[in-house]
Amino acid sequence: MSATLLKNGRIIDPENRRDEVGDLLIVDGCIAEKSDAKPEIIDCTGKVVAPGLIDLHVHFREPGQSAKETIATGTRAAAAGGFTSVVCMPNTSPSIDSPSVVAWVQDKAKAEGCVNVFVAGAITKGIAGEELAPIGALKKAGVVAITDDGHCIQNHELMRRALEYAGMFDLVVMDHCQDYALVGKGVMHEGAVSTLLGLPGWPAIGEEIIVARNAQLAELTGTAIHCQHLSAAGSVRILREARARGIRLSGEVCPHHIALTDEAIRGYDTNFKMNPPLRSQEHVDALIEGIADGTITILASDHAPHCGYEKEVEFDQAPFGILGLETELGLFLDILVHKRRAIDLPRLIQLYTENPAKLLGLDRGTLTPGATADVTIIDPGLEWTVDKAASASRSRNNAFHGWELKGRAVRTIVGGKTVWSL
Amino acid sequence: MNWTRKDLTGLESLSAAEIEHILDTAAAFKDVGSREVKKVPALRGKTLVNFFVEPSTRTRVSFELAAFRLSADVINVSASTSSLTKGETLKDTALNLQALHADIIVLRHASAGAAQFLAERLDSSIINAGDGAHEHPTQALLDTFTIRERKGRIAGLHVVIIGDILFSRVARSNIHALVKLGARVTLCGPSTLVPRAFESLGVAVTHDIDSVIADADVVNLLRIQHERQRKEYFPSLGEYTALFGLTKARAERLKPDALIMHPGPINRGVEIDSDVADSGRSVILDQVTNGLAVRMAVLYLCAGVRPS
Repeated sequence: MSATLLKNGRIIDPENRRDEVGDLLIVDGCIAEKSDAKPEIIDCTGKVVAPGLIDLHVHFREPGQSAKETIATGTRAAAAGGFTSVVCMPNTSPSIDSPSVVAWVQDKAKAEGCVNVFVAGAITKGIAGEELAPIGALKKAGVVAITDDGHCIQNHELMRRALEYAGMFDLVVMDHCQDYALVGKGVMHEGAVSTLLGLPGWPAIGEEIIVARNAQLAELTGTAIHCQHLSAAGSVRILREARARGIRLSGEVCPHHIALTDEAIRGYDTNFKMNPPLRSQEHVDALIEGIADGTITILASDHAPHCGYEKEVEFDQAPFGILGLETELGLFLDILVHKRRAIDLPRLIQLYTENPAKLLGLDRGTLTPGATADVTIIDPGLEWTVDKAASASRSRNNAFHGWELKGRAVRTIVGGKTVWSL
Repeated sequence: MNWTRKDLTGLESLSAAEIEHILDTAAAFKDVGSREVKKVPALRGKTLVNFFVEPSTRTRVSFELAAFRLSADVINVSASTSSLTKGETLKDTALNLQALHADIIVLRHASAGAAQFLAERLDSSIINAGDGAHEHPTQALLDTFTIRERKGRIAGLHVVIIGDILFSRVARSNIHALVKLGARVTLCGPSTLVPRAFESLGVAVTHDIDSVIADADVVNLLRIQHERQRKEYFPSLGEYTALFGLTKARAERLKPDALIMHPGPINRGVEIDSDVADSGRSVILDQVTNGLAVRMAVLYLCAGVRPS
């Protein structure tokens, strides 16, 4: 028997509506109420003891793109960011569209990963948006959701059938919302800055129109749709209205979409190129309002590693995406809790624990006695500076190098074991 | 004025004084072209690489001639002969050019920001000969030079730029130069190709050519294309000509001393009536001649600055 006592921390467990200073006991990898053995003591005075954070949107690039990231390095970056669970996107090479690839990722994660790796399967074969992937077999293999992330099914009939079919297994369908015709070759937000720079615009309507489609299809089919990495004001409004009508539609926001605007692209730095793109201030304000009023229920990183040589090219030629796992908690704490005071700390933790766990049906994100002891210890007032060279990721495409942030995780515990500490 | 820039990637970042300094330098170089020996030794021993990743004839030839007149050694590298077609990155190709001691690289590229990308990474002077829809600074400088030469000033003039503004690097560079030098600029064309977002650059936008034509001191017509990627923006060249073409009837409403400009190549009968293009108010061929002087000035100034 092994026991650990997290002593005198502020325990915030949104699922159990708990927020109090006290001790949290871990016995044999689970949250416990009493221990027969003498526990190892970890002093948590002045710190927050939270359920292990969940990031339901990461790209670990395996199989097939291990020059960018591996499950080994990706999970270490997750741990260093305070994340005990992640959901891997299926746009790998080959894509995760068959049970054998799901099993490969699961085996690799068990052997080399240091946090829980859940797998999202593809909706369509090869993420090509043409034929359904074997969704039933994927579910049996253990995927926690399906998505064609990085791509978006343009054929509304196919999307409708995918939703109806996934509904049989109570699988959530996650969607990267992008209308290909409206977006065209767009590489940055369509607006004053794209006009100045002469870069092809990626207009907000290109996302909003698919969020509106998803609201209609979620209502029609009854299957839950989770809209990934929302960036546009209209998306928030559509989501708010749909949720008020009881439609099973949810949305997530990534830190870069509230920390930065399209102004960052003035120097053509490809570390500010993401999909969907950084938008203008009114969109940023609408996203934060959506987080504050409960329209947005989940925060995630869209952790998207790319090699330096892939990013060091002409702006329109560069791949979309930036690293996120090691900076997201610090950015959201700094911006949402400290600077904008849009939400409080318990709410922030809920958006990273209870809500994603409930959406995907994970037995995580809680400090209920008996639950697996995934715990994140956070120092919400710790001031630190982002250093891209210190990353655990294989890649260095960090948009926040040198930023001074307030708040971060200081210890990450998975199944009762400390996998990372500051 | 002491010129301090090794590169010319665009006009947005230049001051009015810097633009005027280029124009003044160009004026001094202009008469080299009318001499018996059309050559000065200003860049003797320097190597200029015309690196054209996107096809162009007139701009490349103009830079090449300008370099010859400054006594520089010139090589031309085009996309089809470069290693870019073999998968080499722009950065690596350019580093190779630099390793061959290219003092100046003139870059034409389909990606906005490509010239700045190289300028930040190479010690060679980088001259932007057009980057995507971003900037084409030497074209705007020669346009501005031509206006100044004919009108004696820029400040206070009303310049109307007509055509496909959205995809035009010529329009953007012209807007920056003209606004900085105090001209009043109106953009005119279909609402799909002249979005209101341009107003943030300090210009007016109209979709009614007849409302502005009589007030213009200069009309600058941009080449209009109706290729596959433009089909969604307007229905036909015929409708474009009817709504926005500089027809004879419209040309008659111009001020007597108004200038008609076009960066070329012109589409006779489309954006401009054929006779109007050949009329006395057209300075289209002066622009071509002045392009040499302006490019000589830019090469001379930038090549004289060593990287800091």
